[in-house]
Amino acid sequence: MSRVFVVYAHPYPARSRANARLLRALGGIENVEIHSLYERYPDFNIDVEAEQRALSACDAVVWQHPIFWYAPPAMMKLWFEKVLTRGWAYGGGRALAGKACLWMTTAGAHESGYHPDGVHGFAFERFVPGVEQTARFCAMRWLDPMVLFHAHQVSDAHLDTVAAEYRARVMALVRS
Amino acid sequence: MHERSLLTDAVVYLSAAVVAVPIFARLGLGSVLGYLAAGCLIGPYGLKLVEDVETILHFAEFGVVLMLFLIGLELEPSRLWQMRRAVFGGGALQMGLCGALLVLGALGVGLPWRAATLAGLALALSSTAIAVQTMKERGVLGSPMGRASFGILLFQDIAAIPLVGIVPLLAVEVSSHQSGGLAGLFKVLGAIFAVVVLGRYATRPALRLIANTHLRELSTAFALLLVVGIARVMERVGISMGLGAFLAGVLLAGSEYRHALETDIEPFKGLLMGLFFIAVGMSIDFALLRNQPWLVLGLVLGFTALKAGALYAVARLTKMTEGPNPQGLLFAAVMAQGGEFAFVIFGVARDARIMPGQWDKLLTLTVALSMAMTPLLVMAAEAWARRAGLADARPDDTIEGEDAPVIIAGFGRFGQIVGRLLFASGLRATVLDHDPESIEVLRRFGFRIFYGDATRLDLLEAAGAGRAKVLVNAIDDIETSLRLVDLVKHHFPQLKLVCRARNVTHWIALRERGVELIEREVFEGSLVAGRLTLESLGVGAHEAWERAAKFRIHNVASMEGFRTEKDIEKRRAAVRASRDQLEQQFERDRAELDEASGGHWHDDTGAPPRA
Repeated sequence: MSRVFVVYAHPYPARSRANARLLRALGGIENVEIHSLYERYPDFNIDVEAEQRALSACDAVVWQHPIFWYAPPAMMKLWFEKVLTRGWAYGGGRALAGKACLWMTTAGAHESGYHPDGVHGFAFERFVPGVEQTARFCAMRWLDPMVLFHAHQVSDAHLDTVAAEYRARVMALVRS
Repeated sequence: MHERSLLTDAVVYLSAAVVAVPIFARLGLGSVLGYLAAGCLIGPYGLKLVEDVETILHFAEFGVVLMLFLIGLELEPSRLWQMRRAVFGGGALQMGLCGALLVLGALGVGLPWRAATLAGLALALSSTAIAVQTMKERGVLGSPMGRASFGILLFQDIAAIPLVGIVPLLAVEVSSHQSGGLAGLFKVLGAIFAVVVLGRYATRPALRLIANTHLRELSTAFALLLVVGIARVMERVGISMGLGAFLAGVLLAGSEYRHALETDIEPFKGLLMGLFFIAVGMSIDFALLRNQPWLVLGLVLGFTALKAGALYAVARLTKMTEGPNPQGLLFAAVMAQGGEFAFVIFGVARDARIMPGQWDKLLTLTVALSMAMTPLLVMAAEAWARRAGLADARPDDTIEGEDAPVIIAGFGRFGQIVGRLLFASGLRATVLDHDPESIEVLRRFGFRIFYGDATRLDLLEAAGAGRAKVLVNAIDDIETSLRLVDLVKHHFPQLKLVCRARNVTHWIALRERGVELIEREVFEGSLVAGRLTLESLGVGAHEAWERAAKFRIHNVASMEGFRTEKDIEKRRAAVRASRDQLEQQFERDRAELDEASGGHWHDDTGAPPRA
């Protein structure tokens, strides 16, 4: 059995549809610890030690958040900056080395917008490397990310499918 | 002149005080000297506006009584118990040393031994009224020196009782004991017991009863009755009125009516104290002074020098302060005058015919003049201490680096938080406070503490206001706080002010003075409580934080608009408008947030992409 640490960054969790549904999908799985950053640190005052303790104690990390302006929300970005410190996560530190990293993210736009001819001008893959390389730089094992497009509009049926897949992926991490 | 009405006299006293005191205060000479000068001016040797000095003096002694009652109110029995060493150790030492020296001095100027003993001991007593008022004005009453002085003054009050008692014994013709030994003692004990019982068990229910009538003047009347009544009873059994009132104050110190009593009595105390000082000024016998100027001058200087010297020795012996000590000098200056008890004792001595010739008058004059000299002596001691202090501190200063960049005025709950945050950030601060409770701890952590009134220019200068960068004005009294701001704006314009505002009115007053960094003391705490309430109702933690932050901005902005509105009616309208605006703002917030989680942004333009 492995322990999974889910870092969840949504500024208004109570108002979220897709992310809330996805997070609910992880309910009842043993050995999964979830930190909702905006609930824990409403004024952006991240408890770095507590986060690092949770990271050290786990075997796999999940980053779940919506995409705002082609990047993680401010809190998630701040979490990278404050928690993944030099000498601990990198630069001599290997606290995260070898741990698996799953990225679960949602985008409001339809997938078709992420295209050289679409409103967003680039394929979604072009926005992934920043996050991916953050994990890799800390010597984590980058897993195939999960992306849910059109998060406000997707049908409940589709949302359920993705939620089920998310649950299965996390279960697999726990079992590994 | 003797037929004049009370009101005419009142007009004379009040005008004299209103004219003289502000002038002296303005000149930095203190209110005591102002009252004394007013007394000289209107007295029998000045404009002759008032003649019956002795009656006035006796009446005004109630000012001292009320003052001792108020001091007693501040001291709970447990704290009084902690002072026992200062009272009985320091007090006995002071009376012994000063008394012995002054008795020798009196013998030296040719008084017979009986008269010399009485005069020496009577002159060893200091003036509680002048000493306490002087220390209070300088804000040093709470310092170790102030506490030691106060302990000694208390002891003197106790010692004055037997002193008045032995006058008849010293009379040439010992006729009869005034208060027959054992019976007298029982009377005294009985009276004290009565005061304790009254203070402990009868006063509180009575105060409660009166408070329930909601008649403010009734509670004032009761407070006065309490103090004056107790003082009278005490006087009847031969204890000093002041001591009795002090005892009553101590007994009520723990009661919930303490503050009410304080506010009721305070104005009477102030007025009567002023009257007392005026009466002392009036009693200065300028005729005697004119006839024998050199004798009087010699007596005053000799007496003051002897007593001050002895007091300085007391300060050293009791280790009141360490090092080459300016505090010891200040102590000597504050206590070197003769006391109001001396007037009483010399009066009794005259009646008992102990004093030969004009000595009773001469000594009374000496005491009055020594009282008048106190403020001058204190200022001299302070000037000396400043110079000596600077000379001493130089080498240390260069090692320690320059003054702290921050001055915190007022070290109560508010100032302490500021100070601790600064200290935790590795910054040093200089603290000004008139009653610091935990001085020693602060010293140990490298804070520089100055006792005293932060609105005194010399204290600010000594604290390095000329070189500091920021002054944190955390004073809780609104008027003092504003006075400090005026002073800083005028004398230290380079100093950045961070101010604590007690309420909106205070906030506006600070803004009017051009202060930009102001924090209302309960605002942040209330906002956090509001956030926690929102969270408890299910609002997301981050969202509650955002709402509080928006509220803060809105609130400060509307206060700013409110401030610039002079017209009262318009101010009211502005408050209403700001309330409406707030509602609109909340509506808008809600709409925005709702749209953020439900809208489809990619078809619109402008809204940020969100999931």
